[in-house]
Amino acid sequence: MAVIIHTEEHVNLKPPTSTTGIIGWVRANLCNTWYNSLFSLLIIYILWQVMAPFINWALINANWTSSGAECHQSGGACWSIIHANIRFILFGFYPPPEQWRPLTAMIILFSLLIASRNRNWWSKNLLYTWLAGLIIMGLLMKGGLFGLTSIESDQWGGLPLTLMLSVFGLAAAYPLGVALALGRQSRLPVIKSLTVIYIEMIRGVPLISLLFMSAIIFPLFLPEGITINKILRAQVAIIMFTAAYVAEVVRGGLQAMPKGQYEAADSLGLNYFQTMRLIILPQALKIVIPPTVSVLISAFKDTSLVVIIALYDVLKTTQSTLSNPQWMGFSTEAYLFVGMIYFVCCYFMSTWSRRLEIELHTGR
Amino acid sequence: MNESPKIEDIEAKPDNAIIKIIDLHKWFGDFHVLKDINLEVKPQERIVVCGPSGSGKSTMIRCINRLEEHQRGQIIVDGVELSNNLKNIEKIREEVGMVFQHFNLFPHLTILENLTLGPIWVKKVPRHEAEELAMYYLEKVQIAEQAKKFPGQLSGGQQQRVAIARSLCMKPKVMLFDEPTSALDPEMVKEVLDVMISLAHEGMTMIVVTHEMGFAKSVAHRVMFMDEGRIVETNTPDNFFDHPEHERTQLFLSQILH
Repeated sequence: MAVIIHTEEHVNLKPPTSTTGIIGWVRANLCNTWYNSLFSLLIIYILWQVMAPFINWALINANWTSSGAECHQSGGACWSIIHANIRFILFGFYPPPEQWRPLTAMIILFSLLIASRNRNWWSKNLLYTWLAGLIIMGLLMKGGLFGLTSIESDQWGGLPLTLMLSVFGLAAAYPLGVALALGRQSRLPVIKSLTVIYIEMIRGVPLISLLFMSAIIFPLFLPEGITINKILRAQVAIIMFTAAYVAEVVRGGLQAMPKGQYEAADSLGLNYFQTMRLIILPQALKIVIPPTVSVLISAFKDTSLVVIIALYDVLKTTQSTLSNPQWMGFSTEAYLFVGMIYFVCCYFMSTWSRRLEIELHTGR
Repeated sequence: MNESPKIEDIEAKPDNAIIKIIDLHKWFGDFHVLKDINLEVKPQERIVVCGPSGSGKSTMIRCINRLEEHQRGQIIVDGVELSNNLKNIEKIREEVGMVFQHFNLFPHLTILENLTLGPIWVKKVPRHEAEELAMYYLEKVQIAEQAKKFPGQLSGGQQQRVAIARSLCMKPKVMLFDEPTSALDPEMVKEVLDVMISLAHEGMTMIVVTHEMGFAKSVAHRVMFMDEGRIVETNTPDNFFDHPEHERTQLFLSQILH
């Protein structure tokens, strides 16, 4: 048998140029076999067929500033529908002179969300900042204090409404869902059966019917003279609905936990709540980050269903713009715009969750 | 190891038994897994339990800290009887350390956090004290330099030593070992046994379920053989290995000591 001796010059050889750089990438990913080369060409051809007219329409022939009437003359996209109606799309029926208030509230909300992305910043102070931020946001929206005119909540609409329903909806549904999942795993038969009934009932009903119930049936049961805000009722319906789905996802994570983890915690003398809080939930919730985020993303998009109880969320305000005769017929542009808003929010959630997964990975 | 006293010199104290098991029975459904178990363990005593798989040896030691519930008989640990009383169970679990076959470290916590968890949350020890305590025991199982790592980054033998240190941080009066070396690669068995032997040197009360017969010979005061849920034979290591009384024991030994 030949003896292989490693000499020095073999150690630092560069890889052959044909496997690195753009050429290497193309060879490895697009043309590694004859049929892959064929597929690549086919896909490039289809992309060209589809994308070229789209780019033509959306960018090259587009109208950016012309009026609706002028738009109707040209074949390109009519983006002026967006900025001509941006105030109504974003803020609905909120009185225009006061629209700086929801705008400020949204800026505060986004700043807080971005600050909370970084796990190293999670602290008591951040919590207090959130509380202060929430109070300020509420004050800005509602007014009635410090010389701000009072704006009733039936005038709230547009993006602030969508964000409010989803951020508070998700923030409340997640812990509630975790609690429900723990309840479903409980050894106490009463708690267990109550949570099972709750989860199965809610999951067996479409969100639309829950929203209808909250809007129409629920007030019938209230004593006379007492009304509960419509937005609040919709909010509660969204929370209840999302929590049931979160609960089932979290239960999956709980079931994936090896029995040994419970036993180790038990043998150290930790009680039930310590075991759950310190050992089981941190691991179980981490496992189910991807499906949880799916549930949360779909809940975020489902907030658009509040249109059926006549709340003007951002999708509804966009749609209303289209009923203006001047802008009729430009639904593609309007829906593309509002689609972008939804996409940005969902993409934010999804990248954040991926980052969280990487940060929480501990090598097993 | 020359400076420490020979293990044989550390006798079990003649005091009252620290663990008393009286007429213990347990069923899994219809299956009678433990039958009429009687056992007294004196402070500083070291007992090795062996037997074929399914003989109930793990179940027996798991009953001692209530990872399994027994249906008949009594288990009294340090004067406290195990019953459905949660306070008693918690009290006993604080005093009984357990080491598992599969280590069962908490993978989302660092080694140091694994060790400080019990002292901080169960014994309410201040964090810095708990960390000192943890470092002391990590030093002792010779793994202090890994304190900041996560369990997944350690070898099996290292993980098991961490698991032993984690139990020791609770300053238990008794340590239970449930086949602590069976899940290890062969070359890592010794490092774990060495830690267990040094624990024996310090007079720890130990009940060890294991098939490491060398360990049993050199460390145990008594060797117990279980089969089909019964204690078949209890003997001194010398007698157990050289003159086993029961046919069943002889058969078992002939099968594992080839």
